[in-house]
Amino acid sequence: MKYALRRIAMLLVTMVIVSLLAFVAFDLISGDAATAMLGVQATPERVEALREQLGLNRPLLVRYLSWLGGFFTGDLGTSYNYYQPVWELLAPKIAVTLCLSLLSFVLIVLVSIPLGLWSYRWSGGALDGLSTALNQLCMAVPPFFTGILLTWIFSNLLHVFTHGSFPDLARNPGGALAYLLFPAISMAIPRIAMTVRMLRSTIQAELRKDYVRTAISRGNDRGAVLRRHVLKNSLVPVVTFLAQTMAEIVAGSIVAEQVFAIPGLGRMLVSSISNRDYPVVQAIVVILAFWVVLAGTVADLVNQRIDPRLRLGGESR
Amino acid sequence: MKKRILAFLLLAALLCAVLSGCGDGSAEGETPEDRAAANAITVAIAQDLDDSLDPHKTVKAGTREVMFNVFEGLVKPTSEGDLVSAVAEDYTISDDGLTYTFTLRDGVKFHNGDTVTSEDVVYSIQRCTSAEETSVVPVEAFSLITSIEAPDDKTVVITLDQPNNEFLSYLTTAILPADYTEQDTKPVGTGPFQFVSRTAQDSIVLEKFDEYWGTPAYLDKVTFKIIENSDSLLMSLQSGSIDLCAHLTSTQVDQLGEEFQVLEGTMNLVQALYLNNAVEPFDNELVRRALCYAIDKQAVLDTAFDGYGALIGSSMYPAFAKYFDESLTDYYSYDPEKAKELLAEAGYPDGFDMTVTVPSNYQPHMDAALVLVEQLKAVGVNATIEAVEWESWVSDAYTNRQFQSTVVGVDASNMTARALLERFASTADNNFINYSNEKYDQLFQQAINCYDDEEQTELYKAMEKNLTEHAANVYIQDLADLVALRAGLEGLEFYPIYVLDLSAVRYAE
Repeated sequence: MKYALRRIAMLLVTMVIVSLLAFVAFDLISGDAATAMLGVQATPERVEALREQLGLNRPLLVRYLSWLGGFFTGDLGTSYNYYQPVWELLAPKIAVTLCLSLLSFVLIVLVSIPLGLWSYRWSGGALDGLSTALNQLCMAVPPFFTGILLTWIFSNLLHVFTHGSFPDLARNPGGALAYLLFPAISMAIPRIAMTVRMLRSTIQAELRKDYVRTAISRGNDRGAVLRRHVLKNSLVPVVTFLAQTMAEIVAGSIVAEQVFAIPGLGRMLVSSISNRDYPVVQAIVVILAFWVVLAGTVADLVNQRIDPRLRLGGESR
Repeated sequence: MKKRILAFLLLAALLCAVLSGCGDGSAEGETPEDRAAANAITVAIAQDLDDSLDPHKTVKAGTREVMFNVFEGLVKPTSEGDLVSAVAEDYTISDDGLTYTFTLRDGVKFHNGDTVTSEDVVYSIQRCTSAEETSVVPVEAFSLITSIEAPDDKTVVITLDQPNNEFLSYLTTAILPADYTEQDTKPVGTGPFQFVSRTAQDSIVLEKFDEYWGTPAYLDKVTFKIIENSDSLLMSLQSGSIDLCAHLTSTQVDQLGEEFQVLEGTMNLVQALYLNNAVEPFDNELVRRALCYAIDKQAVLDTAFDGYGALIGSSMYPAFAKYFDESLTDYYSYDPEKAKELLAEAGYPDGFDMTVTVPSNYQPHMDAALVLVEQLKAVGVNATIEAVEWESWVSDAYTNRQFQSTVVGVDASNMTARALLERFASTADNNFINYSNEKYDQLFQQAINCYDDEEQTELYKAMEKNLTEHAANVYIQDLADLVALRAGLEGLEFYPIYVLDLSAVRYAE
């Protein structure tokens, strides 16, 4: 209970700090919402009038506090560009990005853990060299390139999906998920490669430990030792790594959304930054901060289940 | 081992299930055939309509381009560059040119079902005159209006304090219902298409308006799909999800298959190396003229645009045939020797360093700037490109005029020469290059006060010539507008202003 409370407090503090940093950073770049909205129609008088109307002429701290007040009372404000409540604007995008990220994450976990075990088994052979090279390649290729390649193969050659016709998630969830599979794969490939490599080296390190030798010398089957003891011990760092992955996937989705023309949070973030639409930017930044902290918390909880020692200490990494 | 196989089987099953979802869950209108059957098309656009959809507040050219299909004024432009009556059926102008009397067309309906009355017209014009609402963009020419009255439901009388030839052009300003408050997000107009929905960063949907007063639109539904990324745009064109896309580059067009026809029009922009006439060394006319001689416009077109584009020599593009003076295009023939002489005369025998600020999201301007930099090197001028975000460009270069030189395209908001030339008057708010020439200001005053059309046209031409002679900017071209249109579609027309009219686009019988 105490642990949960501490976690929630940490979450709130992180979100407030992140939002303040974003707010200040936003104030430093040139141009503000008023000049962005007026564009080439801007004259000094009109910019001033609009600033006044939007409240942009108030000092930074006042603006931030009024935003924070709105945030804690559930009012995220209205987008300057779309003249729509921020929440209404972002809700469908959050759903899309969440689906995309989770799909990608599930792929990473389902593929990389068995693959990591296999690649350990092959270590040393000719196949090992091949798999290492393949692994390096997958890590090096940027997701936008994989994205273009996947589109070329599955959209232009095989017609499995039609690039540029992402269906509405609420009305056609099946079609939308099928479309999202391809960007999810493009985002997953480099992370799978990293996770496999990581798992492999942790298993190797673990196998050199004394308890393994003891277990085998007592006549246990090598495979059983690997599954029952070594894998469990190797998983802790991997789970932590996967939590980071979860956070980084969301960043990766910015690129994937562009390449696959998907209306998600990432594209929204990029465009609202360049439009200086700060109610939208702030909301997205806070959502992302929440996401990162949440992933960390979940990883801690999972690790505690895997390794009871972490629970006994009461402290977690 | 068994578990592992099981896990893999599960994974495979999951993938199959998701993939097979494609088959039965395919979205409506995914293939060109589906759309043809539904009499609908999908148009790709590179910018989102992240702007107010209220036409009196719209700032972005990309938003205006799309919403042209939804709104109309008392009069509206045609593709030939004429004005025809729209919401007004007829109008008379008094002999002294001061009183305009409009008779509204019978039974013109707004998309919300209300009938257009003279009250709506008065509301719309007054709204753009006073611009009391902060984000409403004022129409400068409306400051001439001394009174606007609605003697009855069908008549509007506008009185001016001085005659003005171009006043009618400004009455293309959209007519909106007086008592409607959701114009920002759910716009209502009188055009051939009505607004259905906007999904930020995704799409805008328009549908045919069945009660349109004029020739109805051919298509039942138009979906605008927002695809900013140019690689992604090309893949969507190739995958068959897009039927029409304007403003493509020659490289993109080359990669399209036979399923597309490529139409060539003009962008109706004045692309130039705009020089800040108030900062060194461009406050010296000799330097500006030297730069004009140093640039080979044709080479810019050939190198960066595969030869597409129309050369220009002043702030006017060829689509405005009436005002375009072709002789100015070659006023400065490419002559690097002459450029060096002029530079020496101006006191820069060894050239100088300069910065070219370019909004990096506009590839054509970046491409042109790259060629310009190389050409300037040949006369000893060392130019560096500073790529900036569009918003920074607007606030720093355009509004605060903090720049040395910049490559951009300047467009006209309506079909008057004034829309292009007004900004170079020394007192104009939007004179971002700080051009200041007494003769030019005089000519401008004469032109806007002149009531004889022919005489006025001559005055505008004299203004163009003034800009060229004093080398206000290094003029380059009006960019080509390459449009990909799916084979089987027809009826797309180019306008002399930046709009995309879809009312005549149709599937060939």
